[in-house]
Amino acid sequence: MAQYHLTTPLAGDAIRQLRAGDEVLLTGTIYMARDAAHKRMIELLERGETLPVDLRGQIIFYAGPCPPKPGQIIGPVAPTTAYRMDPYAPAMYEYGVKGTIGKGPRRDMVKEACMRYNAVSFAAIGGLSAVLSQKVRGVEVVAYDDLGPEAIRRLQVEAFPMLVAYDAYGGDLYEQEIAKYRQLP
Amino acid sequence: MRTVHVDEIRDTVARLCWEACYYLPADVVQGFKKAEQEEKSPLGKTIISQLIENAELAAGEHMPYCHDTGLAVVYAEVGQDVHITGGAFLESIHAGVRKGYDEGFLRKSVVGDPLLRVNTGDNTPAVVHTEIVPGDLVKLTLLPKGGGSENMSAMKFLLPGEGEEGVKQFVLDTMIAAGGKACPPVIIGVGIGGSFDKVTAIAKEAVLREVGQHHHEPHIAKLEADLLELVNKTGIGPQGLGGTSTALWVAVETYACHITALPVAVNIQCHAARKKSAVI
Repeated sequence: MAQYHLTTPLAGDAIRQLRAGDEVLLTGTIYMARDAAHKRMIELLERGETLPVDLRGQIIFYAGPCPPKPGQIIGPVAPTTAYRMDPYAPAMYEYGVKGTIGKGPRRDMVKEACMRYNAVSFAAIGGLSAVLSQKVRGVEVVAYDDLGPEAIRRLQVEAFPMLVAYDAYGGDLYEQEIAKYRQLP
Repeated sequence: MRTVHVDEIRDTVARLCWEACYYLPADVVQGFKKAEQEEKSPLGKTIISQLIENAELAAGEHMPYCHDTGLAVVYAEVGQDVHITGGAFLESIHAGVRKGYDEGFLRKSVVGDPLLRVNTGDNTPAVVHTEIVPGDLVKLTLLPKGGGSENMSAMKFLLPGEGEEGVKQFVLDTMIAAGGKACPPVIIGVGIGGSFDKVTAIAKEAVLREVGQHHHEPHIAKLEADLLELVNKTGIGPQGLGGTSTALWVAVETYACHITALPVAVNIQCHAARKKSAVI
């Protein structure tokens, strides 16, 4: 399993080199969006309308931070459970999103979408919120401010640690690793 | 009769909200350290080390350990010789949650109507369990419950004849279905017995028990040990990325039940296993 230092935006070639289990330290721009923001965006895509933020070629981080304390850029933040976004993910990848960051296993519809649209699903460590907030260098709300912690935020991150969970070739890190340690009949 | 003013209840609840979210309990950190030693997967071991680092950083910087600072579940044990003055008891708890989540810079994760889904903006209402107990003290316990693991919890009525084996299978099935979605290494609270409502309540109370502390009944303590071993054989591991530390601890609580029934509930607690109590 390889280690990569990657910078956004990720080109098609960068996606093609990644395999399930690779470690990635990501630097650049990512967009934070979770349940309620996805619901709104999918409704726009279904009506053929423009999204409030152009996410084509971008990476979506499924997360909602704590409010920052005075002097903090952002409060604690880490990925939320990715499977809740599964019903929305294929349409987002089809629209042009190249990567998503979440935690936990996802359904086959996401694996298939990653293969079809040359995209990946990353895993970051759920609940590693104090540590991960230190990788954020800048943040601004760019849409759906009324959703509070669920608003869409643009983040600047530096060496943000993640793993490739599902690659563009059908690789599945969860399935692969759990099988190694299963001791049940 | 001792009097306790609602402002004291409000302020205590407020303090417990942020203290629970900033400072992961020592028994949980100890559980991580044991799991770090025992974990067979190199990736799993690395993840647990990072969780320990995260707990130390959060405590040192006085910031939440996890961004999901939860739905505030409050347990209030009120002595029957206490007279509460200055306002409504229940409202003082909600006021404490409102104050604590605001002052502590905690995430507000509650929507008012579950279908309309508009954030209430102050993390209220809390879920409050009140019990009248002997004495003249008020004990308040805060359990900020994260959504990822709560979503994976489950309840089922088994047939009485299914017995202990049935309970084991249900806990195992629930954990396999939860996998990495529940943020392992988890703590598992199991309720057995009671009624439809009681069994889920005792499953959640089990989550409050200290990691490493078994049930006082030997046969239940044995069941806890068996369940822990079984769950850690699933291979799910830290974050569901493979390994031998899927659960840090399993606590079982029981209650009497109807002759027809064997209710069982599994309340999954993510690794952000926060809890904090105070006595007024």
